Parts: sequence; C-alpha cells; structure tokens
Amino acid sequence: MTEASPGVRERPLSPHLQVWRWHVTMAGSILHRGSLMALYVGALVLVGWLLSLASGPDGYAVYMALLGSPLGKLVLLGLTFALFFNLASMVRHMIWDVGKGFQPKFADTMTIASFVFAAVATAAVWLIAASTGAL
Amino acid sequence: MVQLALPKNSRVGKGRHYAAPVGAKRVKTFKIYRYDPEGTENPRWDTYDVDVDACGPMLLDVLIHIKNHVDPTLTFRRSCREGVCGSCAMNIGGRNTLACTQGWEDVVGKEIQIAPLPSQPVVKDLVPDLTLFYAQYASIEPWLHTETPEPQTEWKQSETDRAKLDGLYECILCACCSTSCPSYWWNGEKYLGPATLLHAYRWLIDSRDESTGDRLDALEDPFKLYRCHTIMNCAQVCPKGLNPAKAIAEIKKMMVERVA
Repeated sequence: MTEASPGVRERPLSPHLQVWRWHVTMAGSILHRGSLMALYVGALVLVGWLLSLASGPDGYAVYMALLGSPLGKLVLLGLTFALFFNLASMVRHMIWDVGKGFQPKFADTMTIASFVFAAVATAAVWLIAASTGAL
Repeated sequence: MVQLALPKNSRVGKGRHYAAPVGAKRVKTFKIYRYDPEGTENPRWDTYDVDVDACGPMLLDVLIHIKNHVDPTLTFRRSCREGVCGSCAMNIGGRNTLACTQGWEDVVGKEIQIAPLPSQPVVKDLVPDLTLFYAQYASIEPWLHTETPEPQTEWKQSETDRAKLDGLYECILCACCSTSCPSYWWNGEKYLGPATLLHAYRWLIDSRDESTGDRLDALEDPFKLYRCHTIMNCAQVCPKGLNPAKAIAEIKKMMVERVA
C-alpha cells in the first residue's frame, strides 16, 4: 500500500463487509466454499464409518448409534445439503467456465436455483429415508 | 489474506448529527463516512438530515448541497457529473456506484449510507487512495503492442473485430468493480481485480495487438488472474453495465485454449 507522507498518520482502511449489501451470488460463492469444507468433514465421517465396519460388530454399533443420535442426524442433514448444494454449484461453475451465464439476472437465477435444488433434494432424500424406516 | 474485521485505526465510530433546517417538508437522512487525516480520531459516521426538496435528483446533488449549505468540510471527488469521468465512485447504500448517476430516491432503505470505495486506504472522507489500482492497470501495459512495421496510414481492423471491443472499451476506471470484489479485498496486492483484468482482455482480443502470448504469460499466475471465483459483485455494480466477470472468464478460456 502507498506510504503516507511524513507528518500524516497511517491511513485507515475503508469499511468493506461492514457496509456491503449482500447479494445472492456473493452468498452462493461463500456457501460453495463452505460446502466444500463441509464435504471434507463428510469424507472423514465416511472413513470413520468404514473403520467402524472393519473393527467389528461392536464398534459398528457404537458408530451407528453416534450417527443416529439427534446431533449425528443434524450433521448428516447438513452434509446432505452441502453435497447437493456443491453439486449444483459445480454445474453453475461449469456453465461459467465455458463463458456462459454471466448476465447478472441469469447468474442470480442460477444461484437461487442451486439453493432451491439443494433444499428440495435434501428434503427428498430424508423423506425417502424416513419412509423406508432408515431414520 | 482474509481479514473480516477492520484494523483498529479504521473502526468507524459515532459522529455528529446535523438536523434538518426548520420548515423542511421532505427530509431524508444521509449517513456519511468521515475521516480527518489531520485529526487524531478514528473515522466516524456523521448523519445529515437533508431537506431533499432543496436538492437535485442525484446523490451527488445531495453531497454538493451538504458541502455548500450544511458542512463545508465534507470532502469527495467529482468532476463531470454525467457518468463519464468516474471520479465520484463510492459505496452508496451498500453498493459501489457513481454518485452522479445514482438517484437518491432509488436507494433502498430509510437512511442512505455513503462510504468510500471499500477496502482502500482513505485519504479523507469519501476520497480513497487508488494508487495501487492505477499501478495494476499500468502493469498490463494498456496500449497497442506491435512488431510489424507501422503502416503508412492506420492500423486496419474489420468491423467484426472492432465489435469484439464493445462492452470493454467503455470502462471509465472508476474502480467500482475492483473494490466490490471480496477476492480483491483479501488479496488486493496480488490479485489484479476486475477492472484491470477487463482491460487486459480488451488488449488480448484486439485484432491489431501482436503480443497476445506475452500478455497471457504475464497473467499466468495463481493470484493475478485466478483469484477470480465468479462472485459476480463486479458485474452487479458496474455503473456502465459492463461485465468484468465475463471478460475474466474469457481470459481463463484463452489460457486453456492455447495449451490445447
């Protein structure tokens, strides 16, 4: 950054997040990154499940009880949403990567669609799970 | 580097309130960022209750009204008052735009908040220091590069090739887009930002330019170009309706195509 001239104190940084009015594409972008991080955690949960499976019936039962607890279900619900949102987001980015869909209105619509798809797909998966008695 | 909070010397405190003149019929409140480099205090938010019947329709009219009639110390840049010079770019109601083309009636919210362009060093009040922004623009060498001997008349360009510059040449370098970009907020010294990249693309696709390869080489960098994550703030705010995000995507495509 440029040096202030002698005798002048260091310049303050103008506010950014503090003043910015959020937009759906901005929220979509940060949530895309957030969902990626969640999926890293999801990969660990999956590895943990495989380990418990390998460790025998007792270990598996403990792990399944853990996942089946209210907190475990909440985590799994979040992971389901993260998975579907990430999927939709990747498609959105693929469209952008070929140079299409940059009209602001269209970009908004695609981003809103990603949120809607993630919500609907998550609900569908959990409803199916509930109806088959898996919950 | 991501820094969500402002540094200590940049936190904005509460400032003064200027009441509307007696007898004003229509009053609107403007919350304006103030910073006095000669003082010792942090920046502050001053609020001005303005008799909007005494002002013109644009945000810039309100600022000039305040400066002329309420508080002569208010500092801001302006020049052309018709959206071609880019001087009065600032953050109005949470979005970057030009004060001269933004009608105050069109800003959402009861109170209109006005701040300098985000995440820049502040010289005074609404005047940011854009030295880095201009240096980045200069770094892409925004002029025609040629090797073939200069023609007797002019460098010729077909109408189709000329049309490729539409949506790019109109940029007035107001910095609304670059300072709207969170990637630029966090990595402004390494990432070139939307405005500079839009200009980079303007020279990359100019049919008369003969250093496309060198220009692409210069941009082949994890930060300079690839910090764009298609957040789209740039295209949302551009007061000229340009689309830096699309220009950046086109550069990324050129990078891929030249390897393939």
